[in-house]
Amino acid sequence: MADDLFKLNIDGKDIEVPKSYTLMQACEEAGAEIPRFCYHERLSVAGNCRMCLVQWKGAPKPIASCAQTVGEMRMNPDGTPPNILTSGDYVEKARNGVMEFLLINHPLDCPICDQGGECDLQDQAIAYGRSGSRYSLNKRAVENKNMGPLVKTIMTRCIQCTRCVRFAAEVAGVEELGMISRGEDAEITTYLEESLKSELSGNVIDLCPVGALTSKPYAYNARPWELRKTESIDVMDAMGAAIRVDAKGAGVMRIMPVVNEEVNEEWISDKSRFIWDGLARQRLDKPYIRENGKLRAASWKEALARTAELLEGPAEKIGFLAGDLTEVEQAKAAKDLAGKLGVKSLDCRPAGAAYGADGVREKYILNPTLMGIEEADALLLVGTNPRLEAAVWNARIRKAWLWNELQVGVVGEPVDLTYSYEHLGSGPADLDGLLDGDSEFVKAFKDAKRPMVVVGENAITGEQGLDVLNAAHQIALDAGAISEDWAGFGVLHNAAGRVGALDVGFVPEEGGADTVAMLSGGVETLVLLGGDEHDLSNLGDTKVIYVGHHGEAGASKADVILPCAAYTEMTATYVNTEGRVQMTSAAVQPKGEAREAWAIFRALSDVLGKTLPYDSAAELREHLREENAVFAGLGFAPGTAGHKVLMEAPAKAQNLDKARPFGAVIEDFYLTNPIARASKTMAECSLMKRSLETPVAAE
Amino acid sequence: MLQDKDRIFTNLYGTHSPGLEEAKKRGAWHLVPEMLQQTPEWICDQIKASGLRGRGGAGFPTGLKWTFMPKEVRDRPHYLVVNADESEPGTCKDREIMRHDPHLLIEGCMVASYAMRAHACYVYIRGEYIAEREALEKAVKEAYEAKLIGKDNVNGWDFDLYVHHGAGAYICGEETALLESLEGKKGQPRLKPPFPANAGLYGCPTTVNNVESIAVAPTILRRGADWFAGFGRPNNAGTKLFCVSGHVNKPCNVEEEMSITFKDLIDTHCGGIRGGWDNLKAVIPGGSSVPMVPAEQIMDAYMDFDTLRDLKSGLGTAAVIVMDKSTDLVQAISRIAYFYKHESCGQCTPCREGTGWMWRVLERMAKGEADHKEIDMLLDVSQQIEGHTICALGDAAAWPVQGLIRHFRHEIEDRITRYRAPRALVQGQTVAAE
Repeated sequence: MADDLFKLNIDGKDIEVPKSYTLMQACEEAGAEIPRFCYHERLSVAGNCRMCLVQWKGAPKPIASCAQTVGEMRMNPDGTPPNILTSGDYVEKARNGVMEFLLINHPLDCPICDQGGECDLQDQAIAYGRSGSRYSLNKRAVENKNMGPLVKTIMTRCIQCTRCVRFAAEVAGVEELGMISRGEDAEITTYLEESLKSELSGNVIDLCPVGALTSKPYAYNARPWELRKTESIDVMDAMGAAIRVDAKGAGVMRIMPVVNEEVNEEWISDKSRFIWDGLARQRLDKPYIRENGKLRAASWKEALARTAELLEGPAEKIGFLAGDLTEVEQAKAAKDLAGKLGVKSLDCRPAGAAYGADGVREKYILNPTLMGIEEADALLLVGTNPRLEAAVWNARIRKAWLWNELQVGVVGEPVDLTYSYEHLGSGPADLDGLLDGDSEFVKAFKDAKRPMVVVGENAITGEQGLDVLNAAHQIALDAGAISEDWAGFGVLHNAAGRVGALDVGFVPEEGGADTVAMLSGGVETLVLLGGDEHDLSNLGDTKVIYVGHHGEAGASKADVILPCAAYTEMTATYVNTEGRVQMTSAAVQPKGEAREAWAIFRALSDVLGKTLPYDSAAELREHLREENAVFAGLGFAPGTAGHKVLMEAPAKAQNLDKARPFGAVIEDFYLTNPIARASKTMAECSLMKRSLETPVAAE
Repeated sequence: MLQDKDRIFTNLYGTHSPGLEEAKKRGAWHLVPEMLQQTPEWICDQIKASGLRGRGGAGFPTGLKWTFMPKEVRDRPHYLVVNADESEPGTCKDREIMRHDPHLLIEGCMVASYAMRAHACYVYIRGEYIAEREALEKAVKEAYEAKLIGKDNVNGWDFDLYVHHGAGAYICGEETALLESLEGKKGQPRLKPPFPANAGLYGCPTTVNNVESIAVAPTILRRGADWFAGFGRPNNAGTKLFCVSGHVNKPCNVEEEMSITFKDLIDTHCGGIRGGWDNLKAVIPGGSSVPMVPAEQIMDAYMDFDTLRDLKSGLGTAAVIVMDKSTDLVQAISRIAYFYKHESCGQCTPCREGTGWMWRVLERMAKGEADHKEIDMLLDVSQQIEGHTICALGDAAAWPVQGLIRHFRHEIEDRITRYRAPRALVQGQTVAAE
């Protein structure tokens, strides 16, 4: 291994680092802090801010440490390792000079800048800036650019680091940002003055080291030091991205990504980031009871009593239906209550889905894991559009496609995924004999060391759903995607609550009704755990008990509304599509009289005289862990552990040719759940997206 | 002084036809097949032995540069790129080569490509050079028709030559920015390393050479390395095109021996300084980017790389800009600073922000409307740019300013003092009796 290491002397300290390191990484390894603006770990090296200059003894000029690969450095003439200095007069002078240049045209409007308090330029100016300016001339002004409803631009503050340009081109895969003009007239622009056609555009706000790109919805709302920061988990899709919820008083002020290498690296989608205004609108803050066809506010006591009344009927006429955002605790408490009542009709899946009924976990989670894509060399997507279903993961697929030469094949809608792929068909019928083809992808897929098959949740929903699942599984087996150290087959869900509810066993018991049956009058009383995404139009006379946090489809049909906490208001468990158990943390209090959902079921069980055996969420989780060991491993994805189960050949897929083709998975990315639909920002995004997609004749 | 028999560019002034027939009579394409029968190493060795240093400004040994290319062609093709983006103010030597002696360039491209195992060569011509492009394209067409270049040509080395017309940006004369532009991107210099010899055009091994460096190569091989090395002082060998402009009686382009003294160069070819040698004030000896040298230092200096470097200036492109005592040096440097401000690509901080700052300060200094302490500040700013940028444009912008302050600080000071001095009284204003 010694060949791969390189010796350096940094600030008098001898250090050995891999040759592939940049000098900046080496300096950090040696404990030195290197200031930077343009450099970012996850973007290509631009080397343009010149802030990271260090001294290489013997070199005629200071070296930009971000751009210097250690392996390409020369030894000293006497054969000793090169001497690098990261501080001292020489380095300070160089950095002070760069800082002065950055500041001469930067407006000193920190008091009215939203970046103030968390601004790289501000921080580094303290270390490297002068106390006064030598520049007495007029500063440059730059016109602001329209970047849509999410990103506010104050381009005079821009220091042309091009992080945003590189992010758009490299990570998001949309070349819609760039630098035009040259010299001091250089400007970052979207060219056409419109928002980025990307689901990840909000990340440029975090990347911008100054206040040029800031969050439009958050503008002038709060200062970073006023915010309570709570690390939590996102529930907008089934990835479970790590987020930080920043709150002031009772309100969520913004949501930021947190690094989780295994899930979201350090990006989150625009929906995850900008949903927060939806948490303050359309909220159910007290219980309601329907009287004479009209909902009226009621006390918890009244509401629970009315609920108990509705649940006193025969158990076979009662159903429990969980929705996309249902947390594990809620599902568990609801299921336990259902069990006590003798109710067999439970379901947590979209209408028409049959997967997961056998409880074989490996067949409904994403076994290869999200991070696994970086090891895969060929990916077959079946009936899924990861760009909309798991936008951040899509960027990771793009990364693997860009750097690891990942080959991608798609059976499903031929949409723009930001990377090139081979379109192998659009419906289940095309799965039949897929491996017999001789196209480039099929060849690469069969030769691949680590092929990966990912089936979309939508594809395995519907009459032939199980057949599609089995067919895809069989393809994975035939392509050698399942082995001791690789489980290359999995399902990509698009609802945060799904896997957790399945893990709890929230599926119909023998003789119970499933989602379709419950929604079409199969039960007399339906307990809806959220579930606003379901088609509730055929309920008929079914009485609805709605447990949720937004006044939407479910609430409008409800006979009793029991208000519960949303994901930022409770400490709750979610299981992501990989089967990774994660926990949110309460950042703010539930709205008004709303309670955590499990506690509502616990209280209800008391009123019904069938008390559930736990008095706190901790006790509830104790029960969870006892019943299902997966809940014991927080933050852990089973990954390849699933290969044993997957080795077994699935049942033969039938009638694939009669199945409906895979359609659009998500109609509107920005409006997939009640929180998003309550959000003004998401509505604007949705409108913007539609207007961008509508072609306009040239004038 | 260079004798006519030793001139490489025998049609520099366009007195004869630039066409293939006439060029052949002047010696072009002579012995090229024989050269291509030698090994590439032999050609590199000959160029090394001739002492040819790059004519684009930096003066890097050309033969050595050619040897940086990989020794064998692997999965990536090799390219030769000829930098004909001659934009350095004061420089107009490549222009004449392309106009009047294009076949010297074309045969040079072929021989150099062979030495670097390249089968394709791109000539990147400056956007403003329209007539030159037409002349070169005509010559390339002639060469193709005569089967001198192209597939299965008479010289025995498959070789294609493409003429690419730039859009007129000074920065595209920087070799990596040139490659970016050639690839169809915005002309912005790349980070080095990797150097073009490793990853250049489209990521392939590439060498970028100046027009003059390439055009002299075949003649060196024809006449022998010793012949070329016989001119000039050691380490500064060969003949060189000088572009003399400014306050001389007859500004001209001329091929001369390296290390000719400034005085000889001017007296022999340019009819002396306007108003006599006493009227000489300063000279910018190598294109606008090198620091100026005052009269007393330049007069007897050898015009070569090392002498001018020791004078804290440089030979650069050998564009000699002569300024007599009527010149407002501060205004002149301010104009040069404006040029660099205008041509900065804007990629990296010191150059983007610093060039405009320097220009604005100089503009005021030219009027005297500045403060004495701003002179030191200006020097400091120029040093904050120098050496801190991705490419050499930062240096190029800083050096003229440093040259001015180094040698003519008193002029700036005088002007500021004069501007601040009490003015004549305005009529009607009352003055206290003393």
